[in-house]
Amino acid sequence: MTAIAGPPQSIAARLTGSTVGRRRTIVDRVMRGLALAAAIICVIPLGAVLAFVIGNGISALNIDLLTKPPKALGLGGGALNAILGSLQMVPLAALLAVPIGVLGAVYVAEFGNRRSARIIRFSADVLVGVPSIIIGIFVFTFLVLPFKQFNAFAGSVALAVIMVPVIMRTTEESLHIVPNSLREASLALGVPVWRTVFSVVIRTGLSGILTGTMLAFARAMGETAPLLFTALGSRLINVGNFAKPMDALPVFIYVNARQPNELLNQQAWGAAFLLLAIVLIINVAVRARSWGRQIG
Amino acid sequence: MSAVPTPTPPLGPRGLLGGSGSRLPDLVFRGGTGVFAWVVVAILGLLLILLVLNSRQVFGQFGLSFVTGTDWDPVAGMYGALPFIIGTVASSLIAILLAAPIGILTAVFLAELASRRVAVPLTFAIELLAAIPSVVYGLWGVFVLGPVLKATVEAWLVGTLGWLPIFAGPPFGIGLFAAGVILTLMILPTVISISRDVISSVPNHQREAMLALGATRWEMITRAVLPFARSGIVGALILGLGRALGETMAVTMVIGNSQKIPQSIFDPSQTIASQIATTFNEAGVGLQTSALIALGLILLVITMTLNVIARLLVWRVAGPVTEAA
Amino acid sequence: MTVETHVRMANDSDHGQPGPALAPKPDVRASLPAAAGAASGAIQTRALNVCYGPFRAVKDIDLAIPPNSVTAIIGPSGCGKSTFLRTLNRMHELTPGATVGGSVTLDGVDIYGPEIDPVQLRRVVGMVFQRPNPFPTMSIFENVASGLRLTGRMRRSELGDVVERSLRRAALWDEVKDKLNQNGTSLSGGQQQRLCIARALAVDPEVILMDEPASALDPIATLRIEELIAELRESYTIVIVTHNMQQASRVSDRTAFFTMGEDRAGYLVEVDDTVKIFTNPTEQLTEDYISGRFG
Repeated sequence: MTAIAGPPQSIAARLTGSTVGRRRTIVDRVMRGLALAAAIICVIPLGAVLAFVIGNGISALNIDLLTKPPKALGLGGGALNAILGSLQMVPLAALLAVPIGVLGAVYVAEFGNRRSARIIRFSADVLVGVPSIIIGIFVFTFLVLPFKQFNAFAGSVALAVIMVPVIMRTTEESLHIVPNSLREASLALGVPVWRTVFSVVIRTGLSGILTGTMLAFARAMGETAPLLFTALGSRLINVGNFAKPMDALPVFIYVNARQPNELLNQQAWGAAFLLLAIVLIINVAVRARSWGRQIG
Repeated sequence: MSAVPTPTPPLGPRGLLGGSGSRLPDLVFRGGTGVFAWVVVAILGLLLILLVLNSRQVFGQFGLSFVTGTDWDPVAGMYGALPFIIGTVASSLIAILLAAPIGILTAVFLAELASRRVAVPLTFAIELLAAIPSVVYGLWGVFVLGPVLKATVEAWLVGTLGWLPIFAGPPFGIGLFAAGVILTLMILPTVISISRDVISSVPNHQREAMLALGATRWEMITRAVLPFARSGIVGALILGLGRALGETMAVTMVIGNSQKIPQSIFDPSQTIASQIATTFNEAGVGLQTSALIALGLILLVITMTLNVIARLLVWRVAGPVTEAA
Repeated sequence: MTVETHVRMANDSDHGQPGPALAPKPDVRASLPAAAGAASGAIQTRALNVCYGPFRAVKDIDLAIPPNSVTAIIGPSGCGKSTFLRTLNRMHELTPGATVGGSVTLDGVDIYGPEIDPVQLRRVVGMVFQRPNPFPTMSIFENVASGLRLTGRMRRSELGDVVERSLRRAALWDEVKDKLNQNGTSLSGGQQQRLCIARALAVDPEVILMDEPASALDPIATLRIEELIAELRESYTIVIVTHNMQQASRVSDRTAFFTMGEDRAGYLVEVDDTVKIFTNPTEQLTEDYISGRFG
């Protein structure tokens, strides 16, 4: 077997000599190091954001922030209007979104024929990608404009529109995973279809459905843009009146961050701490289960 | 968070449940769930219709010059969207130029190089990045990132490359560049997770083939794995770009909110989304509102197109891949 | 040629680490036998064990593979034939947690020695896989040249020569010479496999490992691969794993029979000239396998 160039080399010489020049080895090591560096670069901002939000937020956290609305005149007070607002609007949005998302997913996964399922799925995917500010404009045009009144209900609807396609897709996935044999077994026993779906299919896919719903909920808690033109925000406490504007944590943060006043900026950090805590706790709780399974 | 479509599921459940159940409760159930499902389609349709209807006024008055006009002056009744289109494109471009190398390298690290003990927590941390609300990024961006950028990166860039008009100072901290950096952070999780899925789906026999020829690990990655995953990675980048284009709050807070076309990347600027966010509520009813809604329509069309293209690309390599909500 | 039949039972010492280097020092040319002034390609494994974590896949293999010949490895599924094959070019190192004990030498050089780079080893010991795996983003020409491009030194004209030579050696040249720029996956299964063989040949190996190279092909394509193997034996040492006994008897000079022990580890039962293995084997287990008896 003649070599490509030069006299025939013994195998030993070929094994110990090298076409793997120093250059190739160096490139290999360097690039792998760069890949590690890139991964670290990605994580540093997470640490930085957490550090500053926790650092600045905790120092701004006091009883007032949690229990008082902003002062009617002058500066100070707290974020109670925002806290109460979020605690009302987001659950209402979930109340609207979960039935539509879950039951809609049930239809697509269990009944839809090929074409209708494709259309519905496509629409859901497109909706997921729509910028949330556009959703805000959309709801504005039919729930605010005709009444010439910003209102919290429109805010909830906007959040619901954001949540529905997300819940629908994740629910549909969870339902797919349920093995057919379960459905067959239930039907063979004479259980009606609707009962099969609830007692067997949804029951089995429940953890996946809950995961998707919780993540959508966390996302809705953090959304600002769709609320700007619907619920608008308000310095007043509003409990239960969805026909009027209502504040929310993200809106509070946004408004106070932009004020040229340090006290108000501090309040923004405090509210950000609260919001981030809620959102991250939900996310960690939901994902930690699958993380634990993977580390295994 | 965008999800990527899964394929039509097997006929099993559908054929099974679809045909059976001719009794009333089952029919009601099927019809009821069907209504909910089609609501989603209706929402999308309604969205498009309402946006188009409400934009008609300004397009009727300005036509195409709405898109090409450079002056946005509500007082004078002039509406030209170009400064915001440029701001949107420029900030997203910066974001994708930064996120592509970092994101792809990280995806390679997670999929090919890291052990499970390292990869799982790292992936977890990156997914948490995606969960941080936009407004919190904005808050951090205004008070932390802006000043840091101004003192370090921007100062250095202006010092070394400031003779190029695009890098001309003075660096404000807040501006187009800061918006680009914040956007980078926000789209990295998207780019990374989809790229990582795509890279993982490259079949092992490709890796073995390249290694058996006497390739180093890195050569195997760049010559066998990445080319195979090419279109999927491009899809991931396009999806990231789509997200960047639509991002609102963080950008609004750090971009400077200027109505003029930026000359340098350190100038303040404005994106379509941030213009809408800052001026919508003072617009009242009438032409200005219509103009802002028209802006939204432009943004929507761009992001929708990108999303569809991206999904097709990702599908081709990785099959159906869904990002976690 | 000596008949080496070692049947080691369990509970022997477990070499968790690569064995002591039997390799001569790097300046090895002096100690090579005179017959190997040009390359030869004899492989020798001693007490070779492969473990995936705590699980022992392959146990105590002593096997001599003579140069410029075809050695077939046969045996039932799951008895470690492919695992063993992969230790010969250190490809098992791709699987996390895989460890090797004992030694493998190539022309006297311990391929697990500290001075040996696996990347370099794989230039000398090439591999062809069960499913044809040409690179789908490359043309036929580029596929064959892909190994050469790694060292990056060649000019286009030289590259063309090597590509042609390799394709001729793989009996594929005439079929593809007019479409070298077409995509590698546009060929039939059998052609793709010959393309992979050409690709392996292009980097000028001494040894070619084949892991069931024809099992994914139709009978006609299989025949062509077998004819190719017969031609290649003149210049290369070939080790072929196959579950097809008839193929082994057609194609190989020597045959090694592996089977699975009670501890689920694969071990070498018997190795001998192919003719002897298939007509008059020494071990009863071999006889049973050849004649189709099991259990």
